[in-house]
Amino acid sequence: MSAAGQHAPSLSAAAPGMRLSRRLFSMLGWFASGVALLLLSVSMVWILAVVLIRGITALSPTLFTTVTQGSGGGLLNAIEGTAVLSAGALLLAVPLGAGAGIYVSEFGFGRWAASIRFLADVLVGVPSIVMGYFGYVTMVEGLGWNFSVAAGAIVLAIICLPYICRTTELALGQVSRDLREAAYALGASEGRVILRICVPAALPAILTGILLALAVSVGETAPLLYTAGWSSYLWDGALVHSPIGYLTYAIWTFINEPFASANALAYAAAFLVTTFVLAINILARFVIGRGRY
Amino acid sequence: MTFRTWLAIVAGALPASLVAVLLFLALYAWPAIHFNGWGFVVRDSWNLGNLYADPVDIAGMSVQPGAQYGILFLIVGTLLSTLIALLLAVPVGVGAAIFLAEAVAGSLRVWISFFVELLAAIPSVVFGLWGYVVLIPFMAHHVFPILADGLGFIPIFAGPTGSGYGLLTAGVLLSLMIVPFIAATLRDALVSQPAPLREAAMAMGATRFETIWRVILPGVVKVLISAIFLALGRALGETMAVLMVSGNALNYLPQNIYAPISTMAAFVVSQLDSALQDPSGMAVRSLAEIALVLSVISIVINAAARLMLVVWGRVGRPAGAA
Repeated sequence: MSAAGQHAPSLSAAAPGMRLSRRLFSMLGWFASGVALLLLSVSMVWILAVVLIRGITALSPTLFTTVTQGSGGGLLNAIEGTAVLSAGALLLAVPLGAGAGIYVSEFGFGRWAASIRFLADVLVGVPSIVMGYFGYVTMVEGLGWNFSVAAGAIVLAIICLPYICRTTELALGQVSRDLREAAYALGASEGRVILRICVPAALPAILTGILLALAVSVGETAPLLYTAGWSSYLWDGALVHSPIGYLTYAIWTFINEPFASANALAYAAAFLVTTFVLAINILARFVIGRGRY
Repeated sequence: MTFRTWLAIVAGALPASLVAVLLFLALYAWPAIHFNGWGFVVRDSWNLGNLYADPVDIAGMSVQPGAQYGILFLIVGTLLSTLIALLLAVPVGVGAAIFLAEAVAGSLRVWISFFVELLAAIPSVVFGLWGYVVLIPFMAHHVFPILADGLGFIPIFAGPTGSGYGLLTAGVLLSLMIVPFIAATLRDALVSQPAPLREAAMAMGATRFETIWRVILPGVVKVLISAIFLALGRALGETMAVLMVSGNALNYLPQNIYAPISTMAAFVVSQLDSALQDPSGMAVRSLAEIALVLSVISIVINAAARLMLVVWGRVGRPAGAA
């Protein structure tokens, strides 16, 4: 062991005179770790390759101009539906979630704020299908809305709420204390300091959090199955009593059908959803992820 | 009212949603909870009864004759698929985190970490699509026969290997969905361990891997445990991906690792259409009871993980740091 200490240990080569079992243990350890990372990377490449390659070959201009007909046609109804549902969800979740995030960040010392922070984390953990069934029981059945935009968007909003709350809180936490103190020293009120000073300073990070919530809502399937339903037609503008289509439903349903035209729709929908979600995540990493590693 | 009070009320939307979800599910499921009793979780039969007969009156509730609701097979399917997912995801996640934190340096680490962690952003239904078109045939033709040949002397690995839909495929797919989270959390923890710890171990003659395995890793074991709990919560509630590869077994306990299963979350999706055929409504209410059981389990696991982080965070802080 005395000889070992004089050498700077490198990744693989152990000091001379070291017991074989120790050297073997270290080599096997590095090997196993490398294999683990390789497995993970290969899976990621495999999934991306299947979705992107099969998705691109399934794309065509008519996808964006026609609605679904039987086991073929286009995805215009689903694209529109996903946009409408996600926009509705954000419309509800952004004011509530950002408000909650501001409260937790700026006044986060009391018991109420602590419990909200805790419950936001717990709410993230509630399975999305449970949210969907809740929407079915209360809105689709209880209020008699049937499968509808309103039921789908409200359930999506509940799912987005904790994400927006936590990212807003983190974003405001980055705003320097000096800025706040300077504003208070100039005699600004509490509301003015937060809305005119802190929120603008944290806006890029807050917007990124909202974009990530958008990615979550675009990728959700289970909570929409029994709240939004499915429709092969364009949205009629009604909030209740009429179902609406969305892309993730097309992935789930059309991949199970025995027709090539239906499978192509599923791949195209998967391509659209995946590229959109990944693009948002990549963008988010460049805005708030800088210096994370 | 002051600005602060307004915000406090707005912030109440979060607890209100959680309470509303639990309350309304419980209210809706109440007749089913009453009708099914404790047998719900130990019986192995999901039977809607005779849907064409007139409902009969049992203990003051109207149900179809012969109806009986038990979800033991769902509990078993959920637990086993999650267990397999964790058994695969924990070693892979730990290994990948060690390699990323200790063997890859600088900007390469940033890019590889970012790339594999993007896996966590891929929607569940896209995982399901990949599982359905790629993983199922791959498992059925290449992995299952090798496992059955090599490990067939162990009863759970013995054939028949089936069609590829089932417990092991669901477990593998679930493990891919949770492994980025475990790897990312652990990597962050490894990187932030104090450098003197590392230097001391290496000065004593430990190899770099011994330093990581015996000195650095034990220091982040609590982070690992809470990350595993959070991953467990996600795997239990995963719906679409499992639905598309599990084989959706009904009233069937898996006899080997290849057998079709169903999980609580997937079952709620796959059964609502048929449950709606029940004129007494008890089937739909029993599905609500499944959703309630699932959400309570998820909430308990998530809360436990968060509490662990809070409590251990306090214990782990050096004395005198308030």
